[in-house]
Amino acid sequence: MNRWLAAGGLLMVGLILFSFTTAGAWGGADGAAGEKVDSVAPDYDPWFESLWTPPSGEIESLLFSLQAAIGGLIIGYYLGRGSPLQSASETP
Amino acid sequence: MHIMEGFLPGIWALAWYAIAAPVVGYGMLKTARLVKDRDVNKSHIAVAAAFIFVLSALKLPSVTGSTSHPTGTGIAVVLFGPAVTAFLSTIVLLYQSLLLGHGGLTTLGANVTSMGIIGPLFGWAVYRSVKPHTDLQKATFAAALVADWTTYVVTSTQLALAFPAEPGLSGVIDSAITFLGVFAVTQLPIGIVEGALAAGLIGYISMSSESVRTRLGVTA
Repeated sequence: MNRWLAAGGLLMVGLILFSFTTAGAWGGADGAAGEKVDSVAPDYDPWFESLWTPPSGEIESLLFSLQAAIGGLIIGYYLGRGSPLQSASETP
Repeated sequence: MHIMEGFLPGIWALAWYAIAAPVVGYGMLKTARLVKDRDVNKSHIAVAAAFIFVLSALKLPSVTGSTSHPTGTGIAVVLFGPAVTAFLSTIVLLYQSLLLGHGGLTTLGANVTSMGIIGPLFGWAVYRSVKPHTDLQKATFAAALVADWTTYVVTSTQLALAFPAEPGLSGVIDSAITFLGVFAVTQLPIGIVEGALAAGLIGYISMSSESVRTRLGVTA
């Protein structure tokens, strides 16, 4: 439990700290790298488009959270099924 | 760290596919063998894959004012080594390139090579060399951290090879520094968060499973 608290705390401290110390646009680094390609090689044209992209930012975040949910579900199931918790609740 | 769709010239896209394909193929075979060998491996492979799923869905803000996400390959590489990690990463990268327009099919080979193969390979090497001297969690922290950072160094190099600032090696190095400036700075703190999360989860996994303790050589 302490470990998770520590990790969660670290995350929160990071988020709070970063939101005060910078005034960035919080854009994705992947996109920023794409822009850098434009500046290094201005005449390069991406030659292939994604077959399908989410129609809006909301749908995209839906699919991202779905991805996290699938992962979280599996980890939760695995940990919940683990013996230490079960045996802990069985002992009076 | 995903190179966006279409952002690698055809020849490089093919080259990275050629490098990634055999490793992913071997990883697939190894995964199948693990599942066949022992039933309990199935749940550990699932949990390792799930960790990649969760972490690579988290777009974390970083000091540079941009966001990026962890790779989540630490657990898989500690439990099963780089080849299986390559296979599991490919599943996640496929999901993201098909459903999220994140990364891409033409750049899949390159992205698998960085996040699934070379990053985990370095993480694994670090884990192996650190493990005898410290406990499981610290070793996992180091492995996840190094796997994350290395992934982004490789991505920057891949972009630099395709887009050198000028012809020749010095142009490649120039470009690599440019791209590292975009990625690595964002990634430094994120790698640390990733290491902490991986260390936390591996602690729980090793507590809950005898077979993992045996696999990892941990005496409880």
